[in-house]
Amino acid sequence: MHEILITNGKLVTADGVIQKDIRIENGSVKEIGIDLKTSGETIDCGGSLVGPGFVDIHVHFREPGQEWKEDIGSGSAAAAAGGFTAVVVMPNTEPAVDAGHLARFVIDRGREEGLVEVVPAGAITMGREGKKLAHLDQLWAAGVRIFTDDGDSVEDAGLLRRAMEYLAEIGGLVAQHPEDRGLTRDGHMHEGSVSSRLGMAGIPAIGEEAVVARDLALARLTGVRYHVQHVSTAGAVELVGKAKAEGLAVTAEVTPHHLMLDHGEVERMNPDVKMYPPLRRPADVEAVRAGLVDGTIDVVATDHAPHAAHEKDVPFEEAPRGIIGLETSAAVVNTSVELGPVEFFQRMSVAPAHIAGLHEHGRWLEPGGLANLVVFDPSAAWKPEVFESRAENSPFIGRSLQGRVVATIYNGRVTYRDGKVHR
Amino acid sequence: MKHFLNTDDVTREDLESLLDLSDEFVEVLARPIPKVPALRGKTVAMLFFEASTRTRLSFERAAKALSADTMSFSPSTSSLSKGESLKDTALTIKAMGADALVVRHQSTGAQWRIADWTGLPVLNAGDGAHQHPTQALLDALTIRQHFGSLDGLRIAIVGDIRHSRVARSDISAFSTLGADLTLVAPSTLLPVDLEGWPVKVAGSIDDALDVDVVYLLRIQAERGGASVFPSLPEYVSRFGMTRERFGRLAENAIVMHPGPMNRGVEIAPEVADHPRARILEQVSNGVAVRMAILFRLLGGEVHDA
Repeated sequence: MHEILITNGKLVTADGVIQKDIRIENGSVKEIGIDLKTSGETIDCGGSLVGPGFVDIHVHFREPGQEWKEDIGSGSAAAAAGGFTAVVVMPNTEPAVDAGHLARFVIDRGREEGLVEVVPAGAITMGREGKKLAHLDQLWAAGVRIFTDDGDSVEDAGLLRRAMEYLAEIGGLVAQHPEDRGLTRDGHMHEGSVSSRLGMAGIPAIGEEAVVARDLALARLTGVRYHVQHVSTAGAVELVGKAKAEGLAVTAEVTPHHLMLDHGEVERMNPDVKMYPPLRRPADVEAVRAGLVDGTIDVVATDHAPHAAHEKDVPFEEAPRGIIGLETSAAVVNTSVELGPVEFFQRMSVAPAHIAGLHEHGRWLEPGGLANLVVFDPSAAWKPEVFESRAENSPFIGRSLQGRVVATIYNGRVTYRDGKVHR
Repeated sequence: MKHFLNTDDVTREDLESLLDLSDEFVEVLARPIPKVPALRGKTVAMLFFEASTRTRLSFERAAKALSADTMSFSPSTSSLSKGESLKDTALTIKAMGADALVVRHQSTGAQWRIADWTGLPVLNAGDGAHQHPTQALLDALTIRQHFGSLDGLRIAIVGDIRHSRVARSDISAFSTLGADLTLVAPSTLLPVDLEGWPVKVAGSIDDALDVDVVYLLRIQAERGGASVFPSLPEYVSRFGMTRERFGRLAENAIVMHPGPMNRGVEIAPEVADHPRARILEQVSNGVAVRMAILFRLLGGEVHDA
């Protein structure tokens, strides 16, 4: 019988924080109480928070097709080190995950690695080309619940409407990467005062907001559950807030980097601050922080986007978009936003699991469920230097962050503890 | 001063001292043998990843007038076309023994990366639409020769400011030197956000003729695309330096242009050829200011061979 006892932690529950021990037996939470004993392994939390494992509904593991950037093994290790027990991987691989067998491949590879539940999102259109619908039925049957052409918007409103109608009927979630290429074309950074000084072509806020506004009208028409990926502008937050007030089934995510950094970072023209959506104005950073606090934005999602060092070691405008984020996510959120422990776990674990339909994750801990949990010390100060990810395209290297993952337990097994991934 | 990458963070004192040094090289270039041994034994590599005639020739002339050796590189025949990265190209040129790199590149900030990778002094000969600092120096020198100083001068910069590295470098250098600046352009050719820029804005050249200097920018059809204004005649009618407008300038005012000119578009042919158009003086001064900056960056350790 395999046992783990978690002692001296502050257990975060829906109702608040309590001092309780947790005993895990054969993968499940067996007992929650005071002064529990075990014959097995003990994890002394030293006063850290204990809550449901983090869930990231937006990551890129690059497998199949671009394994030199990351693969499901290295991505899973990064997830475990970041305190995650489940991740939803985007379908913009090569080939794109647009049919059932590809989704099953990703699930199987995730199980083989065994560090985190790897859940595929499916493409909305074949090859993510925006021309005809992907095999939505096959994907659904394989277990896919989130559908997106992430990396691009589904631009054709007629095609998107049909996808929404189909997915509304079966209960799937349409997640949109909001980007109108006619407005963002050639842009490399947020269009504003900094891009004007640098002479760089800009990515205007309207390029994101125009797609969100159109999609919300289509969501109203079709009744589909609609999710806005990586919200970054004050205007987009406002649109989501109004749609929620109206009662639409709308959710939204924000990345850790959009909660901490603004477009002033691009002054140094370092490709590690190049991503889509771009870092926005300080006023937008304030707006997404406020949106996360008041719940207009439901979840944090990293958009973990690994690229090889040589791909980023080029001039800013020539660099690919994207930065990694799994291993710094909780720390960056904890450093940037004033959230109580319950709200913190709500945004990092409970709500993302709910959006992705993951029943064994993001549950407030109680006896009976699978033990998917994280021990997080919100007061630990550190500076990221090295990563489990194959990539190191992070703007947080060398930055002072507060909050560190102490241990991650996935399906009752320690996958990360004290700086080491346990394979 | 280790590099010369932009005009934003150069102080007034440094700019004026570079201009003073440039004056000395103007004098050198007027000698019967226009050459000094200051950089003998030094090698200056010209890395022009984007096509250029005048800037490249001007830097070569400047380096040679200081007795430096030069190496040059052209992207169409280079290993770049075989897929070599910019970093490897830069490190390769360094390994051949270059002492300084003069770099033009279409990507904003490429010179900053090359400076990091190589550790060599880098002179920015134009990056994207960002900076072209030696152009700003030669423009400031040309204005100073005519007026004695830029302090309090009223300068209008007219045309495609949004896509112009010349404008960005000129604006910070001219304003550091005390000039009063007005930008004149259709809104599609102005930077989107002018927050913090030391400038006024006018929507037509007719509102900006009461100035000491009119600086005309090239209309770059290849950059802004074709849809930034409706037609060339419409541009000329609002922004062109026509003969008639030239006649309304103050008697001592001058007209400048960084070249290459589109005669009949931003500048009428008669204006381009007028003695108060200082376009060829700008070109001549380009050699002197590039000598000054090469000397400043490399001249500290002259070989006595």
